[in-house]
Amino acid sequence: MTRLFHFLPALVLVWLATFVAALPAQAQPLRLQITEGVIEPMPFAMPAFVPENSAGSQYSESLARVVSANLTNTGLFREIPRSAHLGRISSFDASVNYSDWRAINTQALITGAVSVSGNRMNVKFRLFDVLSGQQIGEGLQFGGSTENWRRMAHKVSDAVYSRITGESGYFDSRVVFISESGSRGNRTKRLAIMDQDGENMQYLTDGRALVLGPRMSATGEQIIYTTYETGTPRIALMNTQTGQRQLVGDIPGAMTFSPRFSPDGRSLVFSAARGGNTDLYRLEIGSGQIQQLTSSPSIATAPSFSPDGRQITFESDRSGTSQIYVMPANGGEARRISFGQGRYSTPVWSPRGDMIAFTKSNAGRFHIGVMRTDGSEERLLTASFLDEGPTWSPNGRVVKFTREAQGGDPALFSVDISGRNLRRVPTPGPASDPAWGPLLP
Amino acid sequence: MTLTSKILLVLATLALAACNNPRGGGTFGGGGADGFGGNGGGFNDGGIQTGNLGDPNDPNSIAHFQQRIGDRVFFTVDSSSLNEEARSTLNGQARWLTSNPQYTIVIEGHADERGTREYNVALGERRANAVMQYLVSQGISANRLRTVSYGKERPVEACAAQRCWDVNRRSVTAVSGARTS
Repeated sequence: MTRLFHFLPALVLVWLATFVAALPAQAQPLRLQITEGVIEPMPFAMPAFVPENSAGSQYSESLARVVSANLTNTGLFREIPRSAHLGRISSFDASVNYSDWRAINTQALITGAVSVSGNRMNVKFRLFDVLSGQQIGEGLQFGGSTENWRRMAHKVSDAVYSRITGESGYFDSRVVFISESGSRGNRTKRLAIMDQDGENMQYLTDGRALVLGPRMSATGEQIIYTTYETGTPRIALMNTQTGQRQLVGDIPGAMTFSPRFSPDGRSLVFSAARGGNTDLYRLEIGSGQIQQLTSSPSIATAPSFSPDGRQITFESDRSGTSQIYVMPANGGEARRISFGQGRYSTPVWSPRGDMIAFTKSNAGRFHIGVMRTDGSEERLLTASFLDEGPTWSPNGRVVKFTREAQGGDPALFSVDISGRNLRRVPTPGPASDPAWGPLLP
Repeated sequence: MTLTSKILLVLATLALAACNNPRGGGTFGGGGADGFGGNGGGFNDGGIQTGNLGDPNDPNSIAHFQQRIGDRVFFTVDSSSLNEEARSTLNGQARWLTSNPQYTIVIEGHADERGTREYNVALGERRANAVMQYLVSQGISANRLRTVSYGKERPVEACAAQRCWDVNRRSVTAVSGARTS
């Protein structure tokens, strides 16, 4: 199936105009009233998917609900409630009566159809620009197992988002994170994975060993994380398809932690601590060969590869406090890029390559922020008692992170890189350390 | 020792712990509510059995080590420096370890919750290492000592305020039973 980018100028312009309008408010760091200069979200209508056979009818509402929720949760779109609809979509292929949708100020109309046969389903959609009375791109259809019905709604959402914004979406993606339970002093932490909207959560470890900081490979097939299963921090590599698991990157006498995949998934960079000193190392997974990347009498941790795999950003306290550095992916001279007030940590290179997200602590508050990869144009997106550990959406437009209210439990949140649209990501219990995986194929 | 006298001993020990370790918040030395004083969290070394702690009045008992000498030292923000009070505690630990050569120890490094997770693992290692180096300087053989960092994962106090962070920035010297080698 070809991906079509027949964007309609009118819609693209509306979106761009609102985005540009947002810029002045972003230009001032520490100004965090994210409601200021509110973007006017684009109104859309999402009638129920037309059931094309009787078995399809059980999905006609639920598919529409998932698509609506995805679009609404971006903060860029606003659903026109079903009760306001004048037009009815009773046939997927019948021509659209635009005046019915114009009358209720719809700008984007999404129509869909679903048929089910056994455990297979077929989902179709079309997107219309109501103002100009044209379809945007061609209709698309997705086929698959009914147990993946939510994924099909995510695929529809991604296509709609992409056609309207000109950027790839992020709805059909998963997030690996740490699910927490028990008392604060003796927390049980389990590796878990879920859809980006918090659905379909599965545990990947049993909670017997403390686990921290998971990451997904660029294909989503592998997960790395830190585990205390041997009594000391070690790095585990897990295959999500086979469930196979192994400890990797052993450095005798060292605690190893903070692992990250290279973009090609063939190597890891991680921290090893021994003798009061923490340095970064690189492991070729296939050969097991380990190379030391930093050798500074200080802490070097929380690395992140640039998407082209040529550079690594990381945090180090070599200057006396934690700051963000960038160095070549095989080691060498590191250049400090953070120079603002406070401490900077957990830098994460955006999938677009143009920005680095980070945690900043200053004057007793914690922030998630973004900056250019040379450290310029720093913008703080959040402020709270404890925000930490940003992870990028596959399209580099949204970050998720851990937020812990004072005296409260940690939870996952997401925010736009404009600093708008702060939302809690639903999880069954306390949760931390989210790592957003790739858009699924 | 009968079961009743064991229970009495445990209660007496707890009472003493509460008296002698005000900063520990009434936890049971290193083996108490923080759960990671050497017998929690999946150590393979095996834990300290309650019955083995002995009488804190016995200078060779683990109870004495934990309560009278003190099994933990505290650090300031982002620091792994040992202040005078810490060195004094560690001097006592070193003397005890010298007279009780059958024990090995695990030094746990901990951080408060006001930092990011991975930095705190590194910081905890730095603290545990500072304690280990000090004990070695006091004549304790390095092969009796092991370090582990829990970062901010095992706070001993959970109040999300300064007084708790102050006691969470700590190292705990966990006596882990007879040497196997």
